[in-house]
Amino acid sequence: MLGIFRRLALAFPIAVGVSVVCFALVYIAPGDPLETVVPSDATAATIAVIKHAYGFDKPLAIQYLIWLGRVLHGNLGISIATNRPVSLEVGEALVNTLRLVALAMPAALIIGYAMGVAAARYPGRMLDRIVSGLAMFGISLPNYWVGVVLVIVFAVQWPLLPATGMAPIAPGSIGMFNWSDLRFMILPAISLALIPTGIIARSTRAAVLDVLSQDFVLTLRAKGLDEEAITRHVLRNALPQVIAVVALQFGYLMGGSILVETVFSWPGTGYLLGYAIQNRDVPLLQGIVLVLSMIFVVTNLIADLLQVRVDPRLRRG
Amino acid sequence: MSSILAQPPSDFEGPLLPLLLVRDLKKHFLLRGSGKLGARVHAVDGVSFSIAKGETLGIVGESGCGKSTLARLLMHLMPCDEGDFTFDGEAVNGAQGIGVASLRRQMQMVFQDSSASLNPRLPVQDSIAFGPRMQGKGRREALTVAREALRQVNLDPDLVGGRFPHELSGGQKQRVNIARALAIGPRMVILDEAVSALDKSVQAQVLNLLVRLRAELGLAFLFISHDLSVVRYISHRVLVMYLGQVVEVGPASALFAAPLHPYTRALLASRPSMDPARRIESLPVTGEPPNPVDLPPGCRFAPRCRFAEAVCTAKMPMLVTRPPDEGLRHEAACFIHDPESGHSLAGTGLSWETLT
Amino acid sequence: MPASHGYWLGVWRKFCKHPGALLGAFLLLCIVLAAVLAPWVAPFDPNQGGIILRLKPFGYDGHLLGTDELGRDMLSRLIYGARVSLAMGVAPVVGATIIGGGLGIVAGFYGKIANGIVMRVMDVFYAFPSVLLAVAIAGAMGGGLIDGMVALTLVFIPPMCRVAETATAQVRRLDFIEAARATGAGGWAIIRYHVIGNVLGPILVYASSLVSVSMLLSAGLSFLGLSVQPPTPDWGLMLSTLVQSIYVVPWVCALPGAAIFITSVSFSLLSNGLGEAMDVRR
Repeated sequence: MLGIFRRLALAFPIAVGVSVVCFALVYIAPGDPLETVVPSDATAATIAVIKHAYGFDKPLAIQYLIWLGRVLHGNLGISIATNRPVSLEVGEALVNTLRLVALAMPAALIIGYAMGVAAARYPGRMLDRIVSGLAMFGISLPNYWVGVVLVIVFAVQWPLLPATGMAPIAPGSIGMFNWSDLRFMILPAISLALIPTGIIARSTRAAVLDVLSQDFVLTLRAKGLDEEAITRHVLRNALPQVIAVVALQFGYLMGGSILVETVFSWPGTGYLLGYAIQNRDVPLLQGIVLVLSMIFVVTNLIADLLQVRVDPRLRRG
Repeated sequence: MSSILAQPPSDFEGPLLPLLLVRDLKKHFLLRGSGKLGARVHAVDGVSFSIAKGETLGIVGESGCGKSTLARLLMHLMPCDEGDFTFDGEAVNGAQGIGVASLRRQMQMVFQDSSASLNPRLPVQDSIAFGPRMQGKGRREALTVAREALRQVNLDPDLVGGRFPHELSGGQKQRVNIARALAIGPRMVILDEAVSALDKSVQAQVLNLLVRLRAELGLAFLFISHDLSVVRYISHRVLVMYLGQVVEVGPASALFAAPLHPYTRALLASRPSMDPARRIESLPVTGEPPNPVDLPPGCRFAPRCRFAEAVCTAKMPMLVTRPPDEGLRHEAACFIHDPESGHSLAGTGLSWETLT
Repeated sequence: MPASHGYWLGVWRKFCKHPGALLGAFLLLCIVLAAVLAPWVAPFDPNQGGIILRLKPFGYDGHLLGTDELGRDMLSRLIYGARVSLAMGVAPVVGATIIGGGLGIVAGFYGKIANGIVMRVMDVFYAFPSVLLAVAIAGAMGGGLIDGMVALTLVFIPPMCRVAETATAQVRRLDFIEAARATGAGGWAIIRYHVIGNVLGPILVYASSLVSVSMLLSAGLSFLGLSVQPPTPDWGLMLSTLVQSIYVVPWVCALPGAAIFITSVSFSLLSNGLGEAMDVRR
């Protein structure tokens, strides 16, 4: 229990720091931050009203607290480009990103984990080298370029799948379980899954090898356990490290899919972020960054807590 | 002793004044996260002693008794909680007297782990030259000093100077560490388990080297070790520590021939003996030393002492001189040697027969 | 007198026995040479094109790798593009290594308060996914060559700082630092003579692995239009403009990405080899 509270207590100041950075984004944008919320054709009187309403005439610290108060009430401001609440825009995009990640992440986990375990069973052998090589390729490949190549192969050369876009989803459906929706998601999901697959394979291999080198495995062998039972023990002990990596990768995918989503014009958070930047829509940019980074903080925390649950040694301190 | 006659030019206070005088040194470590707020480890708890010029003081005790902490406190590598240092008649780090920097010019230290105490990325002569460089010498001058120091420890600077630590043997590395200490030109060297990690044969070579250096340079040594035979070989006087306190201090010959404190006796008795008749049947000390966090109120050795009585757990024994009025003082902190203590054996003294 | 060798010589020898590392080093050498010697190596002017020459396939009239949407020679543009792309990939890592590495060494060596302040600030920046942070900063700043570099440098400072801090904290506990302090040396002298040499290995290995990531991210930023602006030849930018033409000359459009990939893999290979040669565990 102590460990859990400690981790919660540690995550809190980080979340506060993240919110400060997001708040500061407005101020590193060129020009007066006021311009970002004022329509270009506003009169001087309107500007004064808005200035006061947003608290731009107050000291920075106060402005931050006002902003934080609004954010905590779910108010992320109004998008300049679309004139809709930022929270609404981000919410819709988030669902779409989550659908892609929900397809890419399990695939990455299963393939990466299998590759990692297989490589660790035969360290230094051909299989291990192939896996390590593939993992390095997965990590070094520009995933946006892979997206382009996939489109060239599966949409241009052999028109099997759509190149870009998303099918309109019926209300209430998650749009993942029928072919007409799914076919739009296959190529972006593959591009997204590359890096996590490589990283999961690499860290699973390292974690399993690490456990295999510990003395208790020797004890198990000496006790006459068969290889299958030993593997069960080893995989269980390698689990905490793997969980941490998987959760981290989930967070990265949620916040790092901007390039792939741009290639496929997939209307998720990354695509929205690109849209916000192109239209110099700072409130929208700030809202997206805040939501995505908070998701990242929370996934990291969950990963930590899961590790504590699996590994009793972490429960104290 | 020739070393006292060979008075170094920096000695302004005369040979009779002690080189280093330490009074009531204390270092407590606060324990964090132990659940008990304010729990402390009494690593060094009121230690006082002196070292004469050219003298070697051996410090012995079980691991965890505060020997290494004491060494680091003396070098001012960690701040002490309480205590006075006087080096050659001058207070260290007080309002007057000498500062830590000046102390370090006169006092150096050799560590136990000969590998870890050399920078693996520097040729050894550069490691040795670092000290003189920091004293303001130029690059070439510092290197000359370093090579001279290597010669003093019987290493050929042309052969060894340009090598890296991993290319040297353990004994060579420890010689380099000694050379590094000498290059500063100290008057006193603290040797913290400096030969403990070496093979017996190499140990003997290094010990002989130390004896020679002591005579040639008039060095004082503070020789910390858990190895009683080595301490006996090199020390003029010996100090025995138990759980952060001094339990006995005296001339090496007297202390080894007739130890006063039951703990010292137990330590000596636990040495493997070459003489079959002297081999012991039962362990002289049983049990672990008490947890240094929850110390018993009286004598700290009482829980393990076979002579312990009510008085021992009631109050803390002070160091008393026994026998009094002799040339070199031999002191022990035990009620048995305090005629007024009320201990049943008080005043009778102890002899080897009572123990074996 | 037997030949005495230093640490770096040993590293070099082990590095040379590593086939992957040698391959990476060789590829990088080729890319760097091509970038430096671009005016002599490139067959055409990278900015000279023509409407008639638009989007031609491989080998068309002496254009070995075809032409782009403005009829400019692809091979020449790829060669010239190496200049900006390499600079964009390497510069942020160099900056982050100096700033983050320096901060990490100071934090790791002095510990306590300095460590607390530096590392807590780093934790905050660590709490952003790297792509998101780079895009957000570059996007908020407006998105130019300098903005992109600054954003990437900021992204790489925290992880660099952590690596340097961990390595320094380990070295700091060793006896030779105590021994150096016992000679009366000050903090800076100890850092200069005794710490830097011992933490440089892990820092360099990590930096070389960061270059691989940095190549991908910086190309990604220019792909999004947040870094280099046209008509400068840059791989990421070329990829983003050519994507619209994949139905005309699909494989020509894929070329800039391949260049990014090969460079990134080469740095990965190099970094793996360095890591093994220096025996740095990652």
